[in-house]
Amino acid sequence: MNDSPLIETTELTRYFDEVRAVDRLSIQVYPGEVFGLLGHNGAGKTTTVRLLNGLLKPSDGRALVMGHDPLGKGTTVRAQTGVLTETPSLDERLTGRENLAIFAALYQVPKLRVASRVEELLESFGLAGRADDPVGEYSRGMKQRLALARTLLHQPQLLFLDEPTSGLDPVSSRRVQELIADLSASGKTVLLCTHNLEEAHRLCHRVAVLRQGKVIALGTPEELAERISEQLQLVVEVAPEDEQQIRKVVHQRGWQVADQKQPGTYQIKGATRDQIPDLVRDLAQAGVDVYQMVNVQPTLEDVYFALHAGEEVRV
Amino acid sequence: MKKRALQAMIRKDLTAVIRSKGLMIPMIIVPLIFFILIPVLTSLAPNLINIPGANLAEFETFLERMPGGLQEILAPYNLEQSVIVMMVVYVFAPMFLIVPLMVSSVIAADSFAGEKERGTIEALLYTPLSDLELFLAKLLAAWIPALLVSLAGFVIYTLAANLAGWRIMGEIFFPNWMWVGLVFWVSPAVAGLGLSTMVLVSSRVKGFQEANQIGGVVVLPILLLVIGQTTGVMYFNLSLVLLLGLLIWVVDAVLFWIGVRTFARERLVVGS
Repeated sequence: MNDSPLIETTELTRYFDEVRAVDRLSIQVYPGEVFGLLGHNGAGKTTTVRLLNGLLKPSDGRALVMGHDPLGKGTTVRAQTGVLTETPSLDERLTGRENLAIFAALYQVPKLRVASRVEELLESFGLAGRADDPVGEYSRGMKQRLALARTLLHQPQLLFLDEPTSGLDPVSSRRVQELIADLSASGKTVLLCTHNLEEAHRLCHRVAVLRQGKVIALGTPEELAERISEQLQLVVEVAPEDEQQIRKVVHQRGWQVADQKQPGTYQIKGATRDQIPDLVRDLAQAGVDVYQMVNVQPTLEDVYFALHAGEEVRV
Repeated sequence: MKKRALQAMIRKDLTAVIRSKGLMIPMIIVPLIFFILIPVLTSLAPNLINIPGANLAEFETFLERMPGGLQEILAPYNLEQSVIVMMVVYVFAPMFLIVPLMVSSVIAADSFAGEKERGTIEALLYTPLSDLELFLAKLLAAWIPALLVSLAGFVIYTLAANLAGWRIMGEIFFPNWMWVGLVFWVSPAVAGLGLSTMVLVSSRVKGFQEANQIGGVVVLPILLLVIGQTTGVMYFNLSLVLLLGLLIWVVDAVLFWIGVRTFARERLVVGS
């Protein structure tokens, strides 16, 4: 991360009437990074993308995208970025090929390159076979892939992907995620807006969690997980008839125990790593048959819900 | 100005319109009625005068109510010829303007309000086109077809009127200079009026239908012209046509100026 950031915002703020949609946002996104903006609907993710592409003017603060201020140089910024909007935003009366060819001209792809570039993208996104069908006849997943292909027509280095898998079935969703991973592997910088936490965990190098337009946590998924989890979360599987004993042992040590979905499986919170051998001994002495004990790392999902439940994470 | 991008935008909008039956059917039927059916039926009308019992006096009274200038123009013609000239050249002149108005309004409604309704505008807003370029492309996409339909309609109308009226007129009587002014000066201005109005309406409504319904009021000035012509309050001559065109161009310029200010990304995004 020695390079200068492709996106840099300083106290970027945007109001809609009295509502602060983006609240003093200060982030840096570096070349080659997949940076996630996480948050509920209305958290300010889409507004941020619009601000960074010069579609909206900030109420306060400033942004630099690839060295340009989108406020005055929106056209220059947009020529170098690719944006996947929340809805595919494709003209359904045109074919897939026509949609791409028209946007290639809008993005000033050299005339002689258009046909081959369109063909290339249709092939790599698995749409070549349906390229000449009207987009209205495409499935939701195909439309999303076509929209993603459209963002790459002019080979931008910086991509903004706003809820790329929203509304997709699991198979299409996984396909799109793989395409995003490929883009990242090819060196593209991606700002990924999502409320899909598993997706963010899989794809993002760093994430910023937004609540009411404000960053409430920022870091790698692992860093954030560590910050909310100073203590271990152990999942223990015992014989179902040993429930009383395991609860007794755990409570004697002042820890918490919670049922898991599987019968005989419990989550223990409060233990540290050094205390695991003692716990195993206590359980054995109490006659509890332990089948499995796993130290579970908190996921980004745990972090997210912890944050939204009000637990503060110092950034 | 990114000429290629503008062409692509125009091509996109036109292709989308051509593929939409809902838009194309009225845009085919209405010009057919105006440019073929009306001149043919009008040229057959004098035959009705020869039907025993037909009241010739009524039409003569109608002509007498017309302004003096028009009566002078019709003076060299007999009654049958006067019927054709009166209807084909004068009464239908203001009606002709309905076609460019309708074509430009329908396409503009689809292009501005329809795009907003379908959620396809946002992808365009993220392109490197400036607000003005996007606006111009969308205007041209509605204006150019309106002009082409007008011109094609004029050619068809000329052929239909002269062919159908040949038996009675015995000469090529259409068009005159007033019509040339109407087609090349007023018609583009009227197309501009339709689409400028629709741009303003579209910025305040949610969808295509709503835009069409509200924007439909723009046809009222044309209807006033039709009424003015048929009641003899005025008649279409070259001077009137040139003046009318100038007036509409001025209105267009004002609406265009407002439209440019309305068509800003910020407004489109916040309003979407």
